[in-house]
Amino acid sequence: MNWMPLVSLALVLLLAPLLPGVATRTRALLTGRRGAPVQQLYSDLAKLWRKGVVYSTTTTWIFRLAPVAATVTAILAACLLPLDGREAVVSFSGDLIAFASLLALARFTLVLAGLDTGSSFEGMGASREVTFASFAEPALFLCFIALVRATGSLSLTGMLGGPLSDAWPAAAPSLLMVAAALFAVLLAENSRVPVDDPATHLELTMVHEVIVLDHSGPDLALILYGSAVKLALFGALVVGVLLPRAHLPAAASLAVLAAGLLAVAALVGVVESVMARLRLDRVPQFLVAASALAFFAVVLLLW
Amino acid sequence: MSHLDQVLLLSVVLTNFVVLGTTRLSTCIRAVAMQGFLLGVLPLVLHPTAGLTIIGLSIGTVIIKALILPWFLLWAIREASVRREVEPLIGYITSLLLGAVAVAMAFAIAGRLPLPGQEPALLVPVAMSTLIIGLLVLTTRAKAITQVVGYLMLENGIYTFGLTLAERVPLLVELGVLLDVFVGVFVMGIVVFHINREFDSISSAHLTELKD
Repeated sequence: MNWMPLVSLALVLLLAPLLPGVATRTRALLTGRRGAPVQQLYSDLAKLWRKGVVYSTTTTWIFRLAPVAATVTAILAACLLPLDGREAVVSFSGDLIAFASLLALARFTLVLAGLDTGSSFEGMGASREVTFASFAEPALFLCFIALVRATGSLSLTGMLGGPLSDAWPAAAPSLLMVAAALFAVLLAENSRVPVDDPATHLELTMVHEVIVLDHSGPDLALILYGSAVKLALFGALVVGVLLPRAHLPAAASLAVLAAGLLAVAALVGVVESVMARLRLDRVPQFLVAASALAFFAVVLLLW
Repeated sequence: MSHLDQVLLLSVVLTNFVVLGTTRLSTCIRAVAMQGFLLGVLPLVLHPTAGLTIIGLSIGTVIIKALILPWFLLWAIREASVRREVEPLIGYITSLLLGAVAVAMAFAIAGRLPLPGQEPALLVPVAMSTLIIGLLVLTTRAKAITQVVGYLMLENGIYTFGLTLAERVPLLVELGVLLDVFVGVFVMGIVVFHINREFDSISSAHLTELKD
């Protein structure tokens, strides 16, 4: 029995709440503020976990299901990624579609829960969230198609595990473009700055924050933890494409992963401090540009 | 064949996408200046042992395409104080998608063209995609400046295509650069004329309306 996939999964699940903190801290430092401590999200989670839950009388079981689903799907998706650079906990041919569907399922239940509250404000947030997601997903899939084409494997383990390091010399430009497109998808999927601002609580501009507005206590903690894991997953995807680690010893591979995740989080912070948020109707344009980039990578690989 | 020329050629395509996707005219112009610079350096990378003709071609291209024309265009938008493309005939998302289709088409067609077969890989598809995207920008944008940018991209595509023959027919390429200068001057007149006309039509009465 090879324990490395499980160990790396545990590492990522433990490390995940650190990443939003690193991003926020980087942003604060670059804009001349001190900022919240890096481990802020751990404290928030602990605090929320001890609190009680308030449920509106208009909500149904869907509202209670969503936070659990958000966390569980994120952890299941994490099981599909080869986090240690070699193999995933679970892997089968075509699991990249399962990966995308699990993330979509998380969003679907969260959006349903938002609609379930019966508030028109949450309905608006749900509509925006789904609109952006429908532009982010083609980009994600085009990235996957490029990776499939570069490595000839239909599973995430096959793509990011072994053969990617062999594909690098021949397909370096395409893989760089894929990494850039994945980073754009990361920003959109995790509601970071050019698309959404995690710090805003101004009604008109909130997107993702809107649909989780009515959750409280442990429910909110689960949602926050789920989104932190999701950020870690996309970070691991970007790191996996940029730094194939199949040839490294296990410990070194984990160290590279941890360092890479922190670097991606810091990069998110840098993007947040140098870029203004895009106007709502410009967001699809940003994501279509990411898709075009990924598409160009596919064309290059097909040529 | 070196990898550097591939990086240059791919960056040229990326600048095409920047022009297609940006709403800001200054970004547009900077992208096309970058493209001019990349294309100017390209002959040196493609023919490292080349003589004076290639070096002259390279220097001339960089000076004209990456410095003079962009400087002039930036001056023009500053004078006319237009900052953004307001109403493209085809939206940005659609033009990005069309651009992606154009690139795919260029790559598909380039493999089937009956060429002498000595040109470096990627040169012909990149030339063709720059050409098509230039045409796209030229025909679908409303502002005169963006149309000029589209024209420059179109010309960049032709120039790139000419590079396949640069060693054998240097004169042809030099004529291309000369055509650049001519176009630059020619376009100047059109731009100033168009901008002035547009500028007149922006009356202060429009400023009383609140717009999103």
